[in-house]
Amino acid sequence: MSHAATAHHTSTGLDNRKIAFWTFIGSECLLFGSLIATYLVYEGRSVAGPTTHEILNIPLTTISTFDLLMSSLAMVLALAAVHRGDKVWARVWLATTAGLGTIFLGFQVYEFQHFVHEGLGFTTNLFGSTFFTLTGFHGAHVLVGVLWLTTLLVRSFQGKLGPDKALNVEIAGLYWHFVDVVWIVIFTVVYLIQTTPLPTA
Amino acid sequence: MSEQPESGHGQTAHPSTATYLVIAAILTVITVVEVGVFYVPAFQPILAPTLLVLSAVKFALVVMFYMHLKFDHSLFRAVFILPLLIAAAVIIALLFLFRVLGA
Repeated sequence: MSHAATAHHTSTGLDNRKIAFWTFIGSECLLFGSLIATYLVYEGRSVAGPTTHEILNIPLTTISTFDLLMSSLAMVLALAAVHRGDKVWARVWLATTAGLGTIFLGFQVYEFQHFVHEGLGFTTNLFGSTFFTLTGFHGAHVLVGVLWLTTLLVRSFQGKLGPDKALNVEIAGLYWHFVDVVWIVIFTVVYLIQTTPLPTA
Repeated sequence: MSEQPESGHGQTAHPSTATYLVIAAILTVITVVEVGVFYVPAFQPILAPTLLVLSAVKFALVVMFYMHLKFDHSLFRAVFILPLLIAAAVIIALLFLFRVLGA
């Protein structure tokens, strides 16, 4: 059954899957809102280091932020290609999106390893606990997104991702862009706005 | 910024590829400005509000153009914006409650 045909049979005239997914994204706003609030409340209350100024690597995170922003561009281009019925470019952009997501995860794994090496673990201090919880949850979402995109790519190679299935790609895209906007907030409030006072020389 | 209306059931008129590229360029420029502002000592007194405004602009651009909320049905907007406002209110309330703000 096509998307359009499905949409006309709902009481709202809109596709129920899309309404359900926007509702899910709304609930995700509350989840990440709580995690961000918890981070902001506790980040500056650590009684022992390392703290934000000592450990956060802004240049590295800027690159990973750019990587995730460009993955969002690749995602919308993939959706446009699926709408056009352009299988080749749909695969190229889906693979690009998943690839950029994987690179982002690589950056995060490197960052976590570096932090642990520098003495910041999950239980080291309040900054560590809230930082790893917030960014870890986000990373888990990115991982789910990469797996989702990979399944779409496989479906495309199986010849089962034509224009009639564009809504499937659009919903995956909504998820991916949401993960991106969450990172936009995290990059600002965690990495760039550091409430912990600068250490005195 | 141009659009290409496509579906016949009143849900989505997606932006063109050119629009997507322009948005990506704007997002990149804003990110560069954010990081630049972070390193300029003169901005330190107004660093947080400046970064929050820039971040909000990036957030809005992605949601409006990449998630198509600007062109979609108003019900989607309501379902997203209401929880977003609640989340923002929770963050602000907790920051005041724990004296991170207004101390």
